[in-house]
Amino acid sequence: MSAGRTPSQTVGPFFAIGLPWAEGPYVVPEGTPGAIWLRGTVYDGAGEPVPDALIETWQAGPDGRFSDPRTPGDERDGFRGFGRASAEPAGEFAILTVKPGSVAAADGRYEAPHIDVSVFARGLLKHVITRVYFADEEAANAADPVLSSIDPARRTTLIAIPADDGYAFDVRLQGAGETVFFHV
Amino acid sequence: MSHEATADNVRDAHIDPPYLYPDYVSTRLRAPLQPLVALPSRLTELSGPVFGGSRVGELDNDLTAQHEGESLGQRIIVHGRLLGPEGKPVRRSLVEVWQANAAGRYRHDVDQHPAPLDPNFSGAGRCATDDEGRFRFITIKPGAYPWKNHANAWRPAHIHFSLFGRNFTQRLITQMYFPDDPLFDQDPIFNSIPDPKVRERLISRFDLEHTVPEWALAFEFDIVLGGRDATPLDEDDA
Repeated sequence: MSAGRTPSQTVGPFFAIGLPWAEGPYVVPEGTPGAIWLRGTVYDGAGEPVPDALIETWQAGPDGRFSDPRTPGDERDGFRGFGRASAEPAGEFAILTVKPGSVAAADGRYEAPHIDVSVFARGLLKHVITRVYFADEEAANAADPVLSSIDPARRTTLIAIPADDGYAFDVRLQGAGETVFFHV
Repeated sequence: MSHEATADNVRDAHIDPPYLYPDYVSTRLRAPLQPLVALPSRLTELSGPVFGGSRVGELDNDLTAQHEGESLGQRIIVHGRLLGPEGKPVRRSLVEVWQANAAGRYRHDVDQHPAPLDPNFSGAGRCATDDEGRFRFITIKPGAYPWKNHANAWRPAHIHFSLFGRNFTQRLITQMYFPDDPLFDQDPIFNSIPDPKVRERLISRFDLEHTVPEWALAFEFDIVLGGRDATPLDEDDA
């Protein structure tokens, strides 16, 4: 077998057979104090919802630490750090989580609270990666090394807006208001 | 600065398919058109969920044994190693698979292909890699199926694979194919990978050595993840 890196292929339209799980959308259990719903819709280049998208999220807890078993104190208080939600059947996704804290960076600065998001779908030959920041973290956002490096005209595509039960964050795969996607 | 492309980005650029590959019609309205912004790996990207075996039930790696009766079709063993970018085994990591049944039909409402469902086959499996990064599934060989991408379009037989690796940057979803499939030439998803030699990495190898006599054929499929290998959390892999 070749030792070279394995290329990506689309998740296809039938991932629901294998990927979603019941507690997937729950980064924290229901009833967790301070829990928020992160809700949004994935849109295509024609402005139509993408009904067969899958969203995954990864984030620090409110203390800025990650739920990783390789660090002490993982899975504290049911915090999983990881979320997975299907946007079937209407292109809408929802993740129950808590707002992350600021994350310390190696250079002594702090990153503003953020959630990494991966979007998979039929027609995406490789998943796209974006970040969710929070509109009510203005000072932290202004100082964030990643966000402040983005073209100001496109920065707003990364900002979640406060909503009734949490925050709203839409993903626009293509065209007007196209979400900023990252190469990691 | 996050706009600087690193050497790794440049080196990797030809491996994955482009987002926009017009022959695969669904990419036309879903492919981002703006260039990606390079995100230097920070703590969020250098950590990631580690499930190990916590999400794996006893029969999850045997897709032929999840129902009362045995699944119909050619019984096969699919096995291989999950390796990190530098070739080291990725241990105790979740591997998820899903596939069509032997008739080329998915157990999904959207699949309207007039081929029979098999009441004894769901088509989903999970396992965790062992200490050498090995995984092993027992399943049936999926059938080819038609789709409406172009006139008389058929997908080559394939099994979908989902891998997490050691951190967020290594996440990979891909498809494993079977040797000598006559449908490769007309499949835009397979051919979206620019380099023909790189496409071959998705073709499993018939493996007589691991074939179980009188029982099941074996296919070997090794997976090498991209992304970043160095993580501050990986002390046991240092």
